[in-house]
Amino acid sequence: MSTELLARLQFAFTISFHYIYPPLSIGLGLLLVATEALWLKTKNPLYHQLARFWTKVFALTFAIGVATGIVMEFEFGTNWATYSRYVGDVFGSALAAEGIFAFFLESGFLAVLLFGWDKVGPKMHFFATCMVALGAHFSAIWIIVANSWMQTPAGFHIVGEGLKARAEITDFWAMVFNPSSMDRLSHTVVGAWQAGAWLMVSISAWYLLRKQHRAFALASMKIGLALSLLASVLTLATGDRSAAGVARNQPAKFAALEGHWETGPQAPLHLFGWVDAKTETTRGVAIPGMLSWLAHGDTAAPVTGLRDIPKDERPPVNFTFQLFHLMVAIGFALIGLAAWAAWALWRGTLENSRALLWILVISVLGPQIANQAGWWAAEVGRQPWIVYKLLRTSEGLSAVVSANQIVASMVMFVFVYLLLFAAFLFLLNEKIRHGPDEADLTPTGKLALGQKPAAGGAA
Amino acid sequence: MNFGSLDLHTTWFILVGALFTGYVILDGFDLGVGVLHLWIARRDEERRVFLNAIGPVWDGNEVWLVTGGGALFAAFPAVYATVFSGFYLAFMALLCALIFRAVAIEFRSKHPSPRWRALWDTSFAVGSTGSALLIGIAMGNIAWGVPIDARGEFAGTFLGMMHPYALLMGVTTVALFAMHGAIYLVLKTDGELQGRIRARVNGLIIAFILCYVLLTLATLLYVPHVTAAFRREPWFFALVVPVVLAIANIPREVNRGREFFAFLSSCAAMAGLMAIFGVGNYPYLVYSQPLAEHSLTAFNSASSPKTLGIMLTIALIGIPVVVAYSVSIYWIFRGKVQLDKMSY
Repeated sequence: MSTELLARLQFAFTISFHYIYPPLSIGLGLLLVATEALWLKTKNPLYHQLARFWTKVFALTFAIGVATGIVMEFEFGTNWATYSRYVGDVFGSALAAEGIFAFFLESGFLAVLLFGWDKVGPKMHFFATCMVALGAHFSAIWIIVANSWMQTPAGFHIVGEGLKARAEITDFWAMVFNPSSMDRLSHTVVGAWQAGAWLMVSISAWYLLRKQHRAFALASMKIGLALSLLASVLTLATGDRSAAGVARNQPAKFAALEGHWETGPQAPLHLFGWVDAKTETTRGVAIPGMLSWLAHGDTAAPVTGLRDIPKDERPPVNFTFQLFHLMVAIGFALIGLAAWAAWALWRGTLENSRALLWILVISVLGPQIANQAGWWAAEVGRQPWIVYKLLRTSEGLSAVVSANQIVASMVMFVFVYLLLFAAFLFLLNEKIRHGPDEADLTPTGKLALGQKPAAGGAA
Repeated sequence: MNFGSLDLHTTWFILVGALFTGYVILDGFDLGVGVLHLWIARRDEERRVFLNAIGPVWDGNEVWLVTGGGALFAAFPAVYATVFSGFYLAFMALLCALIFRAVAIEFRSKHPSPRWRALWDTSFAVGSTGSALLIGIAMGNIAWGVPIDARGEFAGTFLGMMHPYALLMGVTTVALFAMHGAIYLVLKTDGELQGRIRARVNGLIIAFILCYVLLTLATLLYVPHVTAAFRREPWFFALVVPVVLAIANIPREVNRGREFFAFLSSCAAMAGLMAIFGVGNYPYLVYSQPLAEHSLTAFNSASSPKTLGIMLTIALIGIPVVVAYSVSIYWIFRGKVQLDKMSY
């Protein structure tokens, strides 16, 4: 295999593995803020128990997120040195801002969130929880700004020629608010909320199926489903905006996402299908004119087809198409599922509907697969460019790193990450089997202050 | 923000240095705890005390490495690209060590079986020691100089990096972190365990001083561009005095039972050592040998003045806030380790 393909595979493997965890931290972070706010407001110890349990799950995802995140930061330099030299001036300030504003905030206050229950008052603890959630969201901002700059570069100029050429910043805010950054940020963040929310829903459904921890599970289910419903609808709205942005800014990617070949009005939208890049055709079920309407709000508006894109500037079409359609299909399914489950919960039939509960248990995979497929579609759809229209992926490699070195490190990463993943599943399973701690229903120490006596029970 | 005639290149040389100094001081003690983990802590409860001594702070400490790396990428992209791709296998090994270590801290406590715990104890100790060693070897190569070609790319090999000077720097770093970690542990423990750690402190200081004297001798004899910096600016020797005083002060404070001041002395000594490393190498970020004209300096490998200015604005806003809440978090978790149900 070529060095380029190996370097890309290694990056894909390490980023995909990493990307399981930050969305969970972002989503669960927001849910922790919600549960702790409810605990502070209602003084109902059930919410204290919720906060404690979900904090433990959060800690697990966060730890792996940090460990695998350091790898990502190294990998730009180790495997993509030429790219790093090229984009450092622009990309670097976003990464530095991420470190200073996001990671310090997150990891610093995480200490209080995890270990500070008895060391600080409840309000200070709540503040720390908010800061952790904010830090998690900040980290999404800067990395997506940087990635969006690779999709739609803005606020820069090119200095030097040939091997010495590099992008230099001319306008920081134009770089930050480049044409795609806000659309992609909002879509990614709500996708992350779904990852956290559906994990909460899934574990709660499991307890309801097993008839364990009923009060805890119902309360978690309510909070988790509320966010699932909200976030799944927002994912559709932000996804629509994001796609329209791709149509404007990256016509080659847009055409690949939809397997669209011939430029013209009344462009059809494929619900599903199969693209043959050799014959330049797409077969499947399509709605005529719908693509024009979605991209430009007018069925008569022309949509650029792949035939108008030079062959050496086309991304792998069928792969991009399938990933994109997988994401969209799961996205719609999750909206339906959230609505169905919310309706059942409202009617009080959820606990007796075992089929629905089983679907909810496996629902946790939905946002994970959709998030991965969406990122893959976004990144593969940008090919053959590493920085759109400026630098090809093949030009961004490290000149001094050999295929053998990448193979060696790849073997190490596969081994270490599989071990990590096994340990993660094992520990998550342990936490779920252990369940919420009954002792957390009677908070003690600083947390007991100001708490109303529990209604009824042994006084 | 407009910084007028400020020398942004030198400013960022200092700031990147400051971030890495923050990293070695902070992660230095928790890597040091890992170096001592198997050796001093014997029983399960003692090992839990060790882990919980660093529990609330270790991942915050590691963020200094991430931010230092990010700042290097942003301020000196050519250095980041050349060093990270050039030191490929060494850095992959460092990543492996850091991941194993991080995971070990998180996972050890989650299951009571002795074999599970022994596995992660070993991972933690080996990962910590390996990280310290590799960080030292990388620094040793930076000081010694590495072959750089006309394109600014690394032209050496992995085995070529394992020369005696770099290995000596690696061992010195392990010794330094172990000393620093032991002093931190004295601060965080009490009773019999503290007594046992306290008894090791002097030995660890002596081990470090021996390594450092050897390393300094080797530097004076074999690393002419660093000695030239001191010959040019003899006042640099003034930096050595506070380092020596700070190290000498450590056993004194430990014996008087003022562990916090012992720890501060150790931090000050490390800051001083990093400052000596910095001024000895300035303006070189990567010294090239044998062809010194290919060296990467703070001037030929930096981002544009505009980017350096933007980043300085970000740093001036962000760093005071980071320092303020980092200090408060250390304050919240001050005092001796007490194991409870949230502990590792």
